[in-house]
Amino acid sequence: MAYRTDRKTAEGLGSGHAGTHHHWQMMISSMALVFVVPIFLVTFSLGFGGSYEEVIAYFGHPLPAIITALSLIVVVLHVMNEALVAVEDYVHGVPGYLTQVAVKWLAYILIAVGLFAIARLAL
Amino acid sequence: MADVNRGSRPLSPHIQIYRPQLTSVSSIMVRITGIGLLFVAALIVAWLIAAATSEPAFTFVDGVLRSWFGDIVLLAAVWAFVYHMLGRLRHVLWDFGYCFEVPVAERLAIGMFGVSTVVTVLVALARFGGLL
Repeated sequence: MAYRTDRKTAEGLGSGHAGTHHHWQMMISSMALVFVVPIFLVTFSLGFGGSYEEVIAYFGHPLPAIITALSLIVVVLHVMNEALVAVEDYVHGVPGYLTQVAVKWLAYILIAVGLFAIARLAL
Repeated sequence: MADVNRGSRPLSPHIQIYRPQLTSVSSIMVRITGIGLLFVAALIVAWLIAAATSEPAFTFVDGVLRSWFGDIVLLAAVWAFVYHMLGRLRHVLWDFGYCFEVPVAERLAIGMFGVSTVVTVLVALARFGGLL
């Protein structure tokens, strides 16, 4: 023990156990949101509210389809990390790990189903 | 001496003990809106997959999202999107070492609430006020 530094003893004791990579991911996706959120809100607002035929036609255009797909990936991965940090902070032990797995399942299923839907509408 | 006083060190007080302040409330709202957006994403994906599936499926999901309840949820979602984006931008500013002064952080908090509310009102006007 005498040769261990304070830093070595403290490492990994935070609620998330490790977080530097996670923090970088959040910074990068946070900056991406500044571009993605406005274009997504405009794109989705223009596509929402029409009839079935209008919606199919709208997402058949490349730009709305690409913007919606990009937003889906960026936003869902960002809020997945957001939710994971909250789980690390408030849910511990086995329930914590299980909740983290559930959050990741939900996020990846949303991306997979959403991309399939956009591909089907666009092609 | 890493293990001096182990077990009897002062712990950081829990969140309930602090008086709510602009800085803390605006930060907690970033987390709440972030988690809320995960469920908003689920609604949007449901709408997309319904449109990709069939007209009856689309009519159902689209009808739910365009009901009065859906209007409230989607307007709240617009607010959450803008608020979360601004709140995370504030975190990026902090990460680069700017805007740490309490009055500045508080002004940014008011700005986050203000801008997201203005954008939501504009979207509501555009949608229901015949602006669009």
